[in-house]
Amino acid sequence: MLSRLTLKDHLLETRLVVNRAIMLLVFALILTLILLSRLLYLQVIEHQHFTTLSEDNRVKLQPIPPNRGLIFDRNGILLANNLPSYRLEITPEQVDNMPATLDALAEYIEISKDDRERFEKLLARKPRFEAIPLRFHLSDEEVASFAVNRHRFPGVEITAGLARQYPLGRLAAHAIGYVGRIDEQALQHLDTSDYRGTTHIGKIGIEKSFESKLHGRVGVQQVETTAQGRVLRVLQRTPPIPGNNLYLTLDSRVQAIAEQAFGDYTGSAIAIDPRNGDILAFVSLPAYDPNPFVNGIAYDDYAALKEDDKEPLFNRALRGQYPPGSTIKPFMGLAGLEQGITGTHSKTYCPGFYTLPNNTRKFRDWKRGGHGTVDLHKAIVQSCDVYFYDLALSLGIDRIHDYLQHFGFGRKTGIDIQGELSGLLPSQEWKRSRRNQPWFPGETIITGIGQGFFLITPIQLATATAALANGGRIMKPKIINAEQDANSGELLPQHSELVETVKVYEQLNWDTIIEAMVDVVHSARGTARKIGADSPYRIAGKTGTAQVFGLKEEEKYDAKEIEEKLRDHALFIAFAPVEDPQIAVAVVVEHGGGGGSVAAPIARTIMDAYLQAPAP
Amino acid sequence: MNITISRHREDASLRGWQHRLHLDAPLLIMLVCLAFMGLLVLYSASGGDLELIERQLVRLGIAFTGMFVIAQISPRLLQRLTPWIFVIGLLLLLGVLIGGESSGGARRWLNLYVIRFQPSEMMKLAVPMMVAWYLADARLPPHRWQLLAATAMIAVPTLMIAKQPDLGTALLIASAGFFVLFMAGLQWRLLIISALLAVAAAPLLWHFMHDYQRQRVLTFLNPENDPLGTGYHIIQSKIAIGSGGLFGKGWLNGTQSQLNFLPERSTDFIFAVLGEEFGFYGILLLFTFYAVIVIRGIMIAIQAQDTYTRLLAGSLSMTFFVYVIVNTGMVTGLLPVVGLPLPMISYGGTSIVTLMAGFGILMSIQTHRKLLPT
Repeated sequence: MLSRLTLKDHLLETRLVVNRAIMLLVFALILTLILLSRLLYLQVIEHQHFTTLSEDNRVKLQPIPPNRGLIFDRNGILLANNLPSYRLEITPEQVDNMPATLDALAEYIEISKDDRERFEKLLARKPRFEAIPLRFHLSDEEVASFAVNRHRFPGVEITAGLARQYPLGRLAAHAIGYVGRIDEQALQHLDTSDYRGTTHIGKIGIEKSFESKLHGRVGVQQVETTAQGRVLRVLQRTPPIPGNNLYLTLDSRVQAIAEQAFGDYTGSAIAIDPRNGDILAFVSLPAYDPNPFVNGIAYDDYAALKEDDKEPLFNRALRGQYPPGSTIKPFMGLAGLEQGITGTHSKTYCPGFYTLPNNTRKFRDWKRGGHGTVDLHKAIVQSCDVYFYDLALSLGIDRIHDYLQHFGFGRKTGIDIQGELSGLLPSQEWKRSRRNQPWFPGETIITGIGQGFFLITPIQLATATAALANGGRIMKPKIINAEQDANSGELLPQHSELVETVKVYEQLNWDTIIEAMVDVVHSARGTARKIGADSPYRIAGKTGTAQVFGLKEEEKYDAKEIEEKLRDHALFIAFAPVEDPQIAVAVVVEHGGGGGSVAAPIARTIMDAYLQAPAP
Repeated sequence: MNITISRHREDASLRGWQHRLHLDAPLLIMLVCLAFMGLLVLYSASGGDLELIERQLVRLGIAFTGMFVIAQISPRLLQRLTPWIFVIGLLLLLGVLIGGESSGGARRWLNLYVIRFQPSEMMKLAVPMMVAWYLADARLPPHRWQLLAATAMIAVPTLMIAKQPDLGTALLIASAGFFVLFMAGLQWRLLIISALLAVAAAPLLWHFMHDYQRQRVLTFLNPENDPLGTGYHIIQSKIAIGSGGLFGKGWLNGTQSQLNFLPERSTDFIFAVLGEEFGFYGILLLFTFYAVIVIRGIMIAIQAQDTYTRLLAGSLSMTFFVYVIVNTGMVTGLLPVVGLPLPMISYGGTSIVTLMAGFGILMSIQTHRKLLPT
């Protein structure tokens, strides 16, 4: 079957393949010879050298953990500190009988079940020559009683280290967060060589978000040890590089006043400098004391925090999602004006309710008798719902969505603390894709007063308010003012970041809205007139009430009759001084009832604290 | 075809039990020796962990069975199935990139609900098979366009696996494909050009590397730089091997290994345990086993009767060699740390099954031969 030509090729090919196969063998031989000569070098020529090294593999490398960077507020007040603390460490390879040793140790030092379990986990995964911490934060008595009996415990040692401490306790706890012991989950994501010797890691808040800045670089020392492993002398030392200090934009004095202003209420308040996005106060209440978390919070205490109805561990400022209620009205008004849907002087008649054509469902105004004839100014000052029902319907949900998204609603602000939620700015598209349902006009109507699907987070609301104050610049909220380089001590300021600029079509429109917001606070009929009367500076604000549960058409809302849990959330947004805004505030008081009566005074207190700071 | 003739003229290697069972005695004996030596070293390295030995035995059992089964498949059938295997492998790889399960920061696993499985393992065989299939009917040496197409067949899966990221396997697959091309007579001129291109591409590669991979390269260049991290591995494994000397410290007597100075001593760094406890002579014995296997594999390639089996057999044998040289080079500090096990000796890994499947193919090639009329 084979033709002469292909047969010839066949032979040629065979020769080629054989040739190549032999070349490969030669290639393999050369590499093998290189490897064998390397082995001869290691095992014969350098044998003595390595034997010595292996015999006194008593010369050990010890990691020196870096000191964690400190955290200060904008005025240099210490928020997170490192305090000396003693801990008990065991080097497994020097202990003959680990269970017996642990039992014996328990006579002098309290060792909980948790401590022991964690220790045994580390024991299984760490090299045996590395010291493993068993207990942290030994008391002076424990240190003393162990020291007397130390000879009984070869391989067990007390070392002095630094432990994180939060001097101001629960103040701004949700912003600062805390560190905790490195657990197995964290271990998998770590650069293990840099975390050798490090026992704690940022778990949440700034401590977590800025872990890489705060941690620093590990140092190494070469030590000579006795046969039992006790360190005789340090041969060589590469010092660790401490973590960088962080200076926050927070003002702890304003923060403290803001937290107090809430009294027993829960909720959140954010104060932002509209000029640069600096967060001046970051309130999420109730808060918790971060200190017990550092060395492992007791199980019962943690359970108590977890099961508390008021959810003290919940970061409301970043993750609380609330309907904006009437605080959305200035933005809605601006959407109407800037897109030419309504005019400054267009009027709507408010009979106290609103109906869709061919529909009997009544959308109620909060004021039963209605506001009569209202224009936009009056609608904002007195918070007329009917005006905004009508405006929302004229705009349509998609135009509302498209305009409001420029203010950052429905997306994360990008604040430099992890864990933020994005809220929800509804649109037809959203409802179709997420709920697989069409959009109904009634849903547009209630979106006009910040109800329905619409959800904001306090940090979003504050950012949007700041943009109203500064002429439309959406500044990324930032909580780090400066980072202090650990080596040079140099302060590296963190720059403000402009996310987006809301387009101003007509300056007059913005002025109209802000004038109305000023009259919310400073006019006789404004919904927040209570805080305007004695204010030494001019405030622009807007109250809001967010329904927690829906009322039936004919039901009347009566705060007294309703259980606290179901009472409306009170909201307030404001900025001041109107002429030169230096602070923008968003306040959400959970189940606070009225925006004007409960949330507005808190905002005023925060602004007073910041704008009327005592001379330093 | 002269079946009757060839039946009468079978040479010695085509007769007897080897032919009937489709096994190749030299390969089989060496593999069993390796497995035995591996268990011995593993017992010491694991600190006498019998459970671990048991698990390794089960794995070896599966691997040898797999080898035996695959050896029964005739190369003809294998050749016909090759494009399908390759395409399925590519699709599975795509599946891993899109929906694979990650462990330890790399996406390598595909959960097929019945079994969890690494498609990259399959590609270790599928890539050389595919390139050999493609060139099987070509006139060798292949011309430019054929080379280009073959390069694409190698590069696409290699890049997909490098992206998982699994540099060790990507390297193996690339070299498996390359060896096919080399066996097919890739011109020296092209070889030199591509080597130069590779050198030129190094900075580009650096740019695409993950931080930990860069760290490994830096550590390789200067282990003292990171004495607590990967540098520690190299320092300690050099001490282990060096202190082993010519005769070694004796089984179960390696201080480096037994005192736990040596990290990953059951898996990637097991060669250091062998070097410490059995010394240079022990390593020589190990290398003898490896050498016999590689030489036997190349012989099978030379004796093979068509282009497909020749190219494939050559590539499989040389890929096995690359395994050995990369692992030992890494443990002795000659190469940067790439996560590749020492074949047949290191604990665990699905890689042992793939490896033995490869030997199954080699044995099938050797024992399905017919004597050609001369």
